Amino acid sequence: MIRVVDLVKDYGSRRAIDTLSFNAEKGEVLGFLGPNGAGKTTTMRILSGFMPPTSGTVTIGGYDVVENSLEVRRIVGYLPETVPLYNEMTVFEYLKYMSDLRHLKNGKARVNETLEMVGLQDRANGYIGKLSKGMRQRVGLAQALLHQPEVLILDEPTIGLDPVQVVHFRELIRSIGKDRTVLLSTHILPEVQQVCDRVLIINKGKIVAEDAPQQLQSRLMGAQRVAVRVRGETGTLLTKIGNLPGVLNVTPGADDTFEFETHPAQDVRAEVARLIVNSGIDLLEFHPVSMSLEEIFLQLTRDEPADSDVLPVVEPAQG
Amino acid sequence: MRNIWVIAQKEYKHYFISPVAYVIAFAILLILGILFYASIMAMSAQMQQQTAPGIDIVLAPLTTLLLFTAPGITMRSLAEEQKGGTLELLLTAPVRDYEVVVGKWLGAMLFIITLLAITLFYPLVLNQIVRPGIDQGSMIAAYLGILLMSGAVLAIGVMMSSFFSNQIAAFFATLGALLVLWMISYPVQAMGNTGGDILRYLDMSEHYYATFMRGIVELKDVIYFVSVIVLTLFIGSVSVEARRWR
Repeated sequence: MIRVVDLVKDYGSRRAIDTLSFNAEKGEVLGFLGPNGAGKTTTMRILSGFMPPTSGTVTIGGYDVVENSLEVRRIVGYLPETVPLYNEMTVFEYLKYMSDLRHLKNGKARVNETLEMVGLQDRANGYIGKLSKGMRQRVGLAQALLHQPEVLILDEPTIGLDPVQVVHFRELIRSIGKDRTVLLSTHILPEVQQVCDRVLIINKGKIVAEDAPQQLQSRLMGAQRVAVRVRGETGTLLTKIGNLPGVLNVTPGADDTFEFETHPAQDVRAEVARLIVNSGIDLLEFHPVSMSLEEIFLQLTRDEPADSDVLPVVEPAQG
Repeated sequence: MRNIWVIAQKEYKHYFISPVAYVIAFAILLILGILFYASIMAMSAQMQQQTAPGIDIVLAPLTTLLLFTAPGITMRSLAEEQKGGTLELLLTAPVRDYEVVVGKWLGAMLFIITLLAITLFYPLVLNQIVRPGIDQGSMIAAYLGILLMSGAVLAIGVMMSSFFSNQIAAFFATLGALLVLWMISYPVQAMGNTGGDILRYLDMSEHYYATFMRGIVELKDVIYFVSVIVLTLFIGSVSVEARRWR
């Protein structure tokens, strides 16, 4: 559905996107991960037909985004990073306006359907300017869903949503992603795990990793980390744990807590727990620590040569 | 075409939500009312007057008022869309760039037409109180002139609004451009013939006071105003397109 080949975008002398290439198929939810300024928004703006690329080609549904911009815009639903809303319009008026611009037949029915989909049917006649941030986000999402687009491009769609809405939203994206193509950018790793079939990690305009989220995470976690809270005199406990086979290191924390890392192939959690209890110390908490996006990024950008054997580094196509 | 109409309708509705339009309409109608009243009073004070007052007692000040208020009508049209990020919405909807610009202009035109329709009240009253009534032909010519001039003035305003994301900047740029166009033939007396002719042709007031206001409709004046509208809306569309490249 989406074909991106050797995409480059320069802002003056600064290169925002550097020979980026990727594909997305029908029925796929593709996650776009990256720190601020990595080029996510720029890529999405080019895909949505808002700005032309400096070089490279993008085709969506067989149409070139530069040559057949109008056709592309007809089949794409786009939610920009700053939700584009008119504060002085009511939710219904706004969506009706957008449906008129898209020449939708029975626009009113479509607007009501979409409002129900994003859970805003009771606010249809409220002014957009009076809505909370999360509700504004949902109106923006409704605008992108209005014409049942084949390709949905969402730039950080869950910002400002409350937890209940986030869950609802993820379900919505999953159901839409079954027979369409969804491209969404985010900072939040759990979101990628729950929603996306595939994830692209992008940094400084280049793809640094590409895989299914579960694989990516397990590959990126070179070690498994466990946080522990105990009660009692720890004494030499930490050294003893450190000496267990399979334990890589132990880091003490505040208030009788510590963390230890194990080799991913060896599960020694049971041994550690037994050791603590047998030492006469109360075990209060014992849970694995998952890596945050920030840590993954640090790992990805820190020592690239060492990581290259475990990481699925994508070589950018020569162009 | 359909997109232009959709955008124009939305713009037109917006004028009745925003206070700016009401302030402008109120100011114009109030000042016109005062001037109209004063003229009628002056007229009845000297009954021996040779010529009955024409419709220009209302339309001449209306022209000046429009010149100063039109920048306020168009200043937000595209500047606000740029500032609020909603331009991104319009430019990623299946709408051509020029349709956005022309739609904005048409919406402003509809608002001015509404305002002009209200001022028709004065000629109707005048028609009742002077004998043998006002010259209908010259009234229609004058209103046609005002309509064309408003079209040009609003097109310049929409173009200026496309250059800025700041409404105040758009306002003063428009006002400046209009005043220049309105007075550009002032130095003609001091100049040679060729240069003077060019300036006189560019001058907006030359195409208006000398003809439409005297009840004369000439093709060259119609062409002038239509060219200004087409040219400025074209530049506005190019400017919107250029925004994509930034």
